[in-house]
Amino acid sequence: MLISVTVNGQERTADVEPRTLLCYLVRDELSLTGTHVGCDTTSCGACTVLLDGVPVKSCTVLAVQVDGQELMTVEGLEQAGDLHPLQKGFWESHGLQCGFCTPGMLMTTYALLERNPDPTEDEIRRAISGNLCRCTGYQNIVKAVQYAAPLVREKREAAREVAR
Amino acid sequence: MFPNAFEYQSPTSLDEAVALLVEHGYEAKILAGGQSLLPMMKLRVAAPTVLVDLGRVPGLDARTENDRELSLGAMTRHASLEWDEDLWARYPLLRETAAWIADPLVRNRGTMAGSLAHADPAADWGAALLALHGSVTVDGPNGSRRVGADDFFVDVFTTRLEPDEVLTAVHIPRPEHDVFATHLKLERKVGDFAVVAVSLQVEIDGDGRIRRPGIGLAGVGPTSLHATAAASLLEGQPLSLELIREAAAKASAATDPASDRRGSADFKRDMVRLFVERGLRSIESRFDEGRRRSA
Repeated sequence: MLISVTVNGQERTADVEPRTLLCYLVRDELSLTGTHVGCDTTSCGACTVLLDGVPVKSCTVLAVQVDGQELMTVEGLEQAGDLHPLQKGFWESHGLQCGFCTPGMLMTTYALLERNPDPTEDEIRRAISGNLCRCTGYQNIVKAVQYAAPLVREKREAAREVAR
Repeated sequence: MFPNAFEYQSPTSLDEAVALLVEHGYEAKILAGGQSLLPMMKLRVAAPTVLVDLGRVPGLDARTENDRELSLGAMTRHASLEWDEDLWARYPLLRETAAWIADPLVRNRGTMAGSLAHADPAADWGAALLALHGSVTVDGPNGSRRVGADDFFVDVFTTRLEPDEVLTAVHIPRPEHDVFATHLKLERKVGDFAVVAVSLQVEIDGDGRIRRPGIGLAGVGPTSLHATAAASLLEGQPLSLELIREAAAKASAATDPASDRRGSADFKRDMVRLFVERGLRSIESRFDEGRRRSA
């Protein structure tokens, strides 16, 4: 079945079997291997991508379901060589050890900061409760998001200034 | 992991969806949010040969409200009930329950109607719909019908839905008095199905008497259960510790749990008693506090 999706701003088409999962469309057909497949059982959240701006577990969505929709993967965070504040936060705050959960953590927290640019620690922890880290790095993941939040707010302010 | 091969159908009208179900009968499965069905298909516990995706049927994400009830279309996702502040005051149990389901990512995708149609006896929405005295609209080749929550659940993973019918909307009566609700859940880890869950809603009239009480139970029987004997004990009475304890014991006695790795039957029965008592006491203290503040 021929489907077309907008991935990180680019229109892409692919011919997929109905049973193809979204995560395999992203990795195998679109060659965007930043999205990881961890548990493959809707538990770990490593495969999280944004579907029309909403974070979902891409191992539990069929590729054919997203025909015509907009996807954002971890590859879409960096803009013109500039890391997203969250990526800087994970770097600066040691928000990862093995890095396997990181793409999912980034996409989930990206959506969090879009909705709520000034989250409390509790709100951050609740937001990532569907993303598992087995290096027990939650402490630093929370710090990474706290590092990024004011930068995201500044960026928004700056964008607003320009618009003015 | 990936599912068995299947034929994917993406109807653009409800009539078309029903026609597909009529054509394929038991071979077809309806896909809404897919957060239960797709994992089951990947594990090959389910292997439908035809999937009928409701995602492109217009109008199924609609929400309407009149002076009698709130109606939620079949594609209403858990997250929208968790985050829509507009609903919290009139329908607090929706938010209380939604926040306990799976994890935030699953809630962004899964639907309330899908969970009800799936009818896992440990699911949160079944208990909540019973506590809310809700009902569902079912559409099929012979038209549309309403099924009340008390009548909807038949057995484990079995409801009144026929193979050629679609659950298209969920309805919740609008409270007539001050409304109080809570959802209590025992789970082994974040996002798990309930070992035991209790969904509670009561209205309290101007004289401090309970109206339209509902006590829904999950994980303690072959279906979601409505502790009707316990609820009718509350009807028309003011909340008191003695009454709460009596209702909690009655609710516990209405259960039929199985002993398994999540706990013994006795343990689950006692957790129901504890949760009903704890929930009603928290409602009582919130009611008292509201009274003090307005006095």
